[in-house]
Amino acid sequence: MSHLQEAFRKTFPAIMPKRNCRREPLGGSTIDRVQSILRRRVCRIEVPPKDIIEENLKEQRQHLVDLINRCAVRGESNSAIVTGPHGSGKTMLVSSVLREIESNPKVSKNLLIIRLNGLLQTDDKIAIQEITRQLQLDNVVGDKVFGSFAENLAFLLEALKRGSDTAQSVLFILEEFDLFAHHKNQTLLYNLFDICQSAQTPIAVIGVTRRLDVVELLEKRVKSRFSHRHIHVFNSLAFPAYKEVCKRVLTLPAEVGDAKFVKRWNQDIEALCSNATVHDVLKKTYQLDKSICRLQSLLLLPICKVTEDHPAIEAVDLVESSKHLGADSKAAMLHGISVLQLALVIAMKHLTDLYEGDPFNFEMLYNEYLKFVQRKAHVVQSFEKPVVLKAFEHLVSLEIVKPVDGHGSRTQKEYRAMSLLVTSAQLMDVLNTYPGCPSELKHWASNPLPS
Amino acid sequence: MTRQFPQKCNDIATRAEEFKMEDVSLVASDTEDVTSRILCREKQMAMLYSLMGEPSQPTCPSVFIYGHGATGKTLVVSTLLKAASLPHAFVNCIECQTSRQLLDSILDQVANHKPHPENNYSSLNRCENMNTFVRLLKKTIEERGIENQTVYIVLDKAERLRNMDGNLLPAFLNLSQLSGCNVCVFLLSQIVWEKFLFGFGSNHFEPFIIHFPDYTKSELLEIIASDCPKGYSAEFYSSYVNLLMSIFYMVCRDLNEIRHLAQLNFPKYVEPITKGEASEKDSHKLWRHIEPHLKKALQTVYLREVTSEQWEKYQRDEISQTGQSSILPSSSRTQIELPFYSKYLLIAAYLASYNPARYDRRFFSKNSGKVKKSAVNRKKETSHQLLGPRAFPLDRLMAIFYSIVDSRVAPTANIFSQISSLVTLQLLAQVGHEDQLDTPKYKCTVSLEFIRSIARTVSFDVIRYLYDFVK
Repeated sequence: MSHLQEAFRKTFPAIMPKRNCRREPLGGSTIDRVQSILRRRVCRIEVPPKDIIEENLKEQRQHLVDLINRCAVRGESNSAIVTGPHGSGKTMLVSSVLREIESNPKVSKNLLIIRLNGLLQTDDKIAIQEITRQLQLDNVVGDKVFGSFAENLAFLLEALKRGSDTAQSVLFILEEFDLFAHHKNQTLLYNLFDICQSAQTPIAVIGVTRRLDVVELLEKRVKSRFSHRHIHVFNSLAFPAYKEVCKRVLTLPAEVGDAKFVKRWNQDIEALCSNATVHDVLKKTYQLDKSICRLQSLLLLPICKVTEDHPAIEAVDLVESSKHLGADSKAAMLHGISVLQLALVIAMKHLTDLYEGDPFNFEMLYNEYLKFVQRKAHVVQSFEKPVVLKAFEHLVSLEIVKPVDGHGSRTQKEYRAMSLLVTSAQLMDVLNTYPGCPSELKHWASNPLPS
Repeated sequence: MTRQFPQKCNDIATRAEEFKMEDVSLVASDTEDVTSRILCREKQMAMLYSLMGEPSQPTCPSVFIYGHGATGKTLVVSTLLKAASLPHAFVNCIECQTSRQLLDSILDQVANHKPHPENNYSSLNRCENMNTFVRLLKKTIEERGIENQTVYIVLDKAERLRNMDGNLLPAFLNLSQLSGCNVCVFLLSQIVWEKFLFGFGSNHFEPFIIHFPDYTKSELLEIIASDCPKGYSAEFYSSYVNLLMSIFYMVCRDLNEIRHLAQLNFPKYVEPITKGEASEKDSHKLWRHIEPHLKKALQTVYLREVTSEQWEKYQRDEISQTGQSSILPSSSRTQIELPFYSKYLLIAAYLASYNPARYDRRFFSKNSGKVKKSAVNRKKETSHQLLGPRAFPLDRLMAIFYSIVDSRVAPTANIFSQISSLVTLQLLAQVGHEDQLDTPKYKCTVSLEFIRSIARTVSFDVIRYLYDFVK
């Protein structure tokens, strides 16, 4: 057991339930193994149950498998783009297809897979180096690639061109495909699609992207070489299926060991999923965001909280987690500002209303604040201008107010045009929960001073 | 260059010792002490702790922690990681001008490599971009033999990441998927997560968001009271802090600031006791004694117009009754020495900036024309004192200058060079750069308070010439 855990338990015995000693990854107590299995599912490491993918993305999956098979077995060159909103399972689809292909010896023997990601390979030079490295060509020593960009590109093209349709096929998977379209001249894309079109080494290019209009980003010559094969992946799960996924994610497989525990756990999960409160929480989450990602983040906290003393997930955990996810962060930040700053925010709200959304500056704000203080001097302490300015600048650094003309402007800070980034609904919300809020401030917030 | 890889040590205990030797200051020798020293953060620590789980278990790819300054974000995270001696890298993004510095320093810390004189302060790897970083990170983790543990990367002041390369933030958020290692990235910031979503949408890699709420008044009191000076009872000190907060809490809820002020002003508070004029029980007397002093502190030390050292010196002098209370500058903002004509030029510029040009005749002409009072129009105008200075051409400045200076001044090169030196002093600002020599336009960038103190030195009444005050 680590020192911290021990110390923590001694200090806060109430909140720190007992947990078993640190053991080997797959040994350990049942709870540890359960945690490992469930955490893998919600931390985006493991693909969710395969049959769910197949149920929902059957067509798309078959399309992709066929495409790659044709490239690997018959030597056809292909290109396709997988599009869909975030969290709809694009990467998951691709990796499940890859797993199937790798398990088929006839295909996998004949196929080299190169995975690129637009976030990592930010320009063509890096991308070419990465391709060379993953292909293990002969200018790679260790894991370093030698030669200039031009040499590498020429070398790569030469290697790809020399092959005929009997050569080993290469499968390119370009994740964040839209970012590759931002490279200079789109050299990489042009060359890849060009090889696709000509009778050289058979290659398949699969782009994965979130943008539906990605084809519009391509240059004309690149676009004309692309086969315009789109595979759309949408969050099309209906609510009952969504609930089923949730149940499936939480259900334990039989191989955990302790059969009695697994049986009880799975029964608990069954009961949990038919609970009315849980149904409401899931419905709410579903209505906000249909993606599995959202579901995973909803389940993360309850799963992490499973310990020896608390060996089952309860409806309360899910409710709490959903509340945590839905918290308004701006209101939470406003909750922590001082009374003076709160008064300034109220004054800013009135100024924004007064000038119908036009920006205001600090002098106007201070004037408004003074008007308020002079009328209510008996209840609210009045502060000097530099103190108010300091409070205001803190608000600017928290980005609750923002300069309209950027930070490079040379105007004095008192006269810089500002706009408020808080809605009045948020402000009212905060005023109601603010500890020890003077009632005059509340009154002022709802009734602007007569000018 | 001497490369120092630590021996592969899967044994937690040996590594814990290493950490202790490195950072005695931050990690107290007794781990029990560490967690009990962090007050009022039990809920957040428990949540973080359950998220992190056992070292071998996978963790969510990224955690975003936000809260006001001085709410214990850095303290909690670094203490948790250090006390449990988990492999981690802790980088403050302000220190990193370029992404290379950031990535290099993460790799060094993951590899447990420290730049010091023997290796010429060089880092272990040279890492220019995210692609190399991911490759080297995998390699480093393998070399250290910590594949089966979660590696934590903490990025403090994460709002700075928004100004670095566009791909950096989304790549960090998704690092565990990109690298295939068990990596968890903590982002600490004072700014809410919504402001990080921009550009091509990093919104799909939602981190797990934790809020560190501000301390309540009683929590602040509890924390500050824990460093009670020797020789005084805890109740006495906390009643003092309570008094202090009654002055400062409206303005400032920052723990660091209040704690600093509490330490600074304590000698003054106990002065009657040390002199024997009062006892610890005479709270009313002590309050009477300290209140004006604290109010003064709000206008000086809190704004950093007086340094803490000066303030302490001032307190000491006052205590020893040397009577030199004039050390304290009342306000350093309004004192500047200028040549005679420069003063007039500045006043003229101020008048030109804040008066509408159509009233110049009324103010400055010898035989002022008839002024028609159009009260209807005037009501609608917002005061120029609120809207800020307006730009004016050089001709107008010179005209006003000649009319307010009583003697005859030749328009020599000196006068004009004084204008441009006022620009370099940033008392004036030049507007627009199209034709510098022909008709330059200026703006006056000093405050009313400043210009009044200047005008007083040449006995000129500015207020009489300002439209906003005269109308």
